[in-house]
Amino acid sequence: MSVLIYVDNTDGKFKKAGFEAASYGAAIAQQAGMKAVAVSLGKVDAAELQKLANYGINNVMSSADERFASMDNQAAAKALAVAAIQCNAEIIVLAHNNLGKAIAPRLSVKLQAGLVTNVTGLPTSLSPFTVNKNVFTGKAVGHTTIHTPVKVLTLSYNSFGLVEKTTDLVVESFDTGLGQADFGLNVEQTQQVTGKILLSEAEIVVAGGRGMKGPENWSGIEELASVLGAGTACSRPVSDEGWRPHGEHVGQTGKIIAPNLYFALGISGAIQHLGGVSGSKVIVAVNKDPDAPIFEAADYGIVGDVMKVLPQFIEAAKELKG
Amino acid sequence: MKILVLIGNVPDTTTKIKFNADKTAFDAAGVQWIINPWDELALTRAMELKEAPGSSIESITVANVGRQETEATLRKALAIGADKAIRVDADAQDAFYVANQLAQIAGGFDLIFAGVEASDYNGAAVGGMLAELLGIQSVSAVSGLLVEGNSIKITREIEGGSQTVGVVTPVVAIVQKGIAKEPRIPAMRGIMMARSKPLEVVNPVATETRVSFVSFDLPPAKANCKKFTEEQGKELINALREEAKVL
Repeated sequence: MSVLIYVDNTDGKFKKAGFEAASYGAAIAQQAGMKAVAVSLGKVDAAELQKLANYGINNVMSSADERFASMDNQAAAKALAVAAIQCNAEIIVLAHNNLGKAIAPRLSVKLQAGLVTNVTGLPTSLSPFTVNKNVFTGKAVGHTTIHTPVKVLTLSYNSFGLVEKTTDLVVESFDTGLGQADFGLNVEQTQQVTGKILLSEAEIVVAGGRGMKGPENWSGIEELASVLGAGTACSRPVSDEGWRPHGEHVGQTGKIIAPNLYFALGISGAIQHLGGVSGSKVIVAVNKDPDAPIFEAADYGIVGDVMKVLPQFIEAAKELKG
Repeated sequence: MKILVLIGNVPDTTTKIKFNADKTAFDAAGVQWIINPWDELALTRAMELKEAPGSSIESITVANVGRQETEATLRKALAIGADKAIRVDADAQDAFYVANQLAQIAGGFDLIFAGVEASDYNGAAVGGMLAELLGIQSVSAVSGLLVEGNSIKITREIEGGSQTVGVVTPVVAIVQKGIAKEPRIPAMRGIMMARSKPLEVVNPVATETRVSFVSFDLPPAKANCKKFTEEQGKELINALREEAKVL
């Protein structure tokens, strides 16, 4: 029996969400007395695969088939099902990122497995198999039981963290047996955003709301983010007004984030916004309105003009990082 | 080309979440029900495609799994402009149960829209499961979609960027924010017309429950917010380092 962890790559590189899924899967394997097996699809070099030895993984099944670069969900699910059967997987773990949440439902159907997405921690019981998941966009937690012999889980970002544990890693290549007819997606164009910290990976996020008064004032937010190595985000009205791109909108219908530190600058904290950021470990709020709901979610706050406070933040951050 | 849009019936996004006394179920008392926000955007995009000059879209059908009280939400979808609605008459159990019901009625559609998740249980699973049950392609994190003959051109979000992909129908497009600018609001004429549009009720097929909720909890209340004055920005940043240890 084993726990199988899918570690996805972008252009041959693993990301933090993948290592977190590996850490989490390795911890379940230890809890259940099973082997932790990672699976990688697409061209990833030996040095990159070896990084999984830092996160408690025993074996890696690697298919170097370059066709997986198209991120074809149907083909990936089929390949993962092959891997799961080959290593006799009882539990399969994926990151709850764009690719993980696209593939996991398909994989669960193939394996007749119960699926729980957005999982926030280790199983609270192995029999019956019970895990906690986010529901109502972080406004509540659901205790969930899976009744099937095989289980598929997707792990909510930054809910478990990276756990370093060195192992003697065995890397094996494996043949998915997929033919050309299994790939049906034609990639025409890819735009990678470069030089920006990804919201999904950021440990610190600096976000602005309507209280920033206009897009011309965003240079302060960008400067603070750059000093702290943080990602930038915004509230829904800001992206609806076109002050910032939609990709920066955090909240219930935008991106759900859970950084270690979240700055809400000039954001009042509507319930839909809080849903998207309530997983943050520490929240800092600056708002003119002392009754703004953001202060109920915040750990640290200033009632005042964000235009006066932001330069102080930047200066203090520069001193700290200087 | 025939389009199917899956419609989730969910509590209004401003709902204060509460559970029954033994915390085993969501307390729906006094809750306003709406079309799941991403499904509403998907329906809006489907309407835009149908109305485009030279469009090949013959019809837009909406479907859900739910009891009679969810029909108001389907009627709203008809009022926005869908041509026909199908309701599978059952209580939604888990995502697989819902997907398996929808698989009974989803054959014969060329393009199926699903929202990236439902705003209640955040499953993010029905669209992908349905595609697998139908044995067809699915593309997720979709923020743009065009129809070109029997091929669909999709813009999707990938880690750290975006990508344009082409795929041949039939396909399930699992959509997120950006697929349409603003959800459409039903006009009076649409509301009147919706009353006479067909709403078919279908019996469910037997399906095992694979996953169930045992109980729910609200997150622990946060400790009080530590306040600083407008002049103490520096002190706050120092507290993040010395006290919270996040810098």
